[in-house]
Amino acid sequence: MLEKMNSVKYWALIGSALLLSACANTNTGTVPDTPTEPVAVETEEPVVASPPETVDVETVMEDPATQSSLDMASGNSVAYFGYDRYDLSSDARAALQAQAAWLQTHAAVKITVEGHCDERGTREYNLALGDRRANSVKNYLVALGVDPSRIHTVSYGKERPAVTGSGEAAWAKNRRSYTRVN
Amino acid sequence: MRLFKILRLVTAGFTLSALLAALLVTFAVTMPAEARIVVDVNRGHADPLPIAITDLVGSESDIISGGSVKNYGQRIALVIKANLTRSGLFHSVDSEAFIRSGTVEGNLRNPNFNNWKAIGAHALMNGSISLQEDGRLKVEFRLWDVLGANQMTGLRYFTSPKNWRRIAHLISDAIYKRMTGESGYFDTRVVYISESGIATKRVKRLAIMDQDGHNHTFLTNGKNLVLTPRFSPTAQEITYLSYHNDDPRVYLYNIDSGKQEILGDFPGMTFAPRFSPDGNKVIMSQAYKGNSDIYVMELRTRKIKQLTRHTAIDTSPSYSPDSRYVTFNSDRGGSQQIYVMESSGKNIKRISFGKGRYSTPVWSPRGDLIAFTRQYQGKFYIGVMRPDGSGERLLSESFLDEGPTWSPNGRVIMFFRQQPYDNKGRGGETQLWTVDLTGYNERQVITPLDASDPAWSPLIR
Repeated sequence: MLEKMNSVKYWALIGSALLLSACANTNTGTVPDTPTEPVAVETEEPVVASPPETVDVETVMEDPATQSSLDMASGNSVAYFGYDRYDLSSDARAALQAQAAWLQTHAAVKITVEGHCDERGTREYNLALGDRRANSVKNYLVALGVDPSRIHTVSYGKERPAVTGSGEAAWAKNRRSYTRVN
Repeated sequence: MRLFKILRLVTAGFTLSALLAALLVTFAVTMPAEARIVVDVNRGHADPLPIAITDLVGSESDIISGGSVKNYGQRIALVIKANLTRSGLFHSVDSEAFIRSGTVEGNLRNPNFNNWKAIGAHALMNGSISLQEDGRLKVEFRLWDVLGANQMTGLRYFTSPKNWRRIAHLISDAIYKRMTGESGYFDTRVVYISESGIATKRVKRLAIMDQDGHNHTFLTNGKNLVLTPRFSPTAQEITYLSYHNDDPRVYLYNIDSGKQEILGDFPGMTFAPRFSPDGNKVIMSQAYKGNSDIYVMELRTRKIKQLTRHTAIDTSPSYSPDSRYVTFNSDRGGSQQIYVMESSGKNIKRISFGKGRYSTPVWSPRGDLIAFTRQYQGKFYIGVMRPDGSGERLLSESFLDEGPTWSPNGRVIMFFRQQPYDNKGRGGETQLWTVDLTGYNERQVITPLDASDPAWSPLIR
């Protein structure tokens, strides 16, 4: 943009900068012995002689293969399940489709799908249920074209809830899969 | 082969350390032709038997680390009182009553039964403690039938002073056995999971303690998530689940050496491990590609056999004490229920038919019952049923009771109880509890932090 700035505007900019500095001087409170000569007139070499170099600009906002990028692209990388269920609701499918799309554009990324449960089950059964959920998600991602060798699964059963609480609102948030970028 | 070596070493170490180098002498046991007092373990809540436990008589001037010999005698009596009271079968007669009736002093071998009768004691334990020249304690006790005016049993123990608690537990076991006709369970330990921190980042550590909560030791540092430890019935070993390297697998932990090793090379998560009754195998689940089945591993050869093949979840396996059957948890019928199969994996039969979900079946060491967790209408229960599914009884109830484990005599069940969280995220306290088979004697086991997944050891030998 800078290189397109025409000389008129440029001079106007310089002029207003000088005016500002002149105003600043009047605010110092001391009266100069001799009146200040107008500075702008004194300039011998116009700056226009050396035009500004061009600046190459690259975007630093490219989409990186990070967890936060996946989180943003897919509603926090989670999919939710019903009580003692491991089938995928339409909401869960939509969330996983977004994950799959992200995974297609980040083909080098490997992920771990975590399966989680609420506290309303016994520990060992929930480990098995979490494994079912993680694999449900994996199978769906594979069906959407993600290479299975990119997907690791792990079950945490009821050991790592997303939220603390004993009630359906908390339990619903804890019955989930979470896709972790490795 | 390597493991076999380890097992043998463990056995040797176990014999030396755990036996207190105790000489155990039975003496002067006068068995009455007809025992006057018998405690029925099946109705312990109705009328606990009043027993007077007197301080062991010892010298005040003999000092060992931590106090005088007399003081050790008092501490041993306190531990015995606590053990017997906790069983729910005994009522410890107030020691103030001893003083009022002037019955503390007197001939240990010739108690004045009328005095004891007067303060309501039906049984009496007395004894003595002394320090030997070799630095060991000599402890002897006698158990008396106050109403029948005769001695029921008497034993003498020798051990180093630091083992004084075990003496108290051994005496408790001897009294329990003489009075109930069944083995005691006081000289035992409990391995469990110590919990701390907030729910979303809970820190879990393997820990071990005596059954009364004393001699507490952490076995792992909390770096890895660990779950569901179980004692070997024959060696100082624990099998448990660890998330080492974020890869949940079944491990073996040697209590004496602290050595940990992974069991097997399974492609999927292994979990829900439990030893076979002879200690030679570990039965467990493997979750592979979303399906959990039951496998058994021979520890010496590391040979693995798959026992169930079903698209359902099959988990929480537990052997019958004769090793002929395995009970396990499966949702193959549509919801979680308890099944029993032959240990070959054949003849799978469902045994639970009540409403709700049934899980965590654990076979009693006596073989007569299977303990379980039941979920029904928003509550959790610990219960027992016969191996054919009949005679179901619920022993405890709360927001979340889970994970029963049996005392080695099959009379008491330990489990854990989690409190609900309130809407501000407070609560969630998780503690160990015991309940006896009557269901009337429910007590909390005190632990330094929150606690879950208890596993009772066999009697220490």
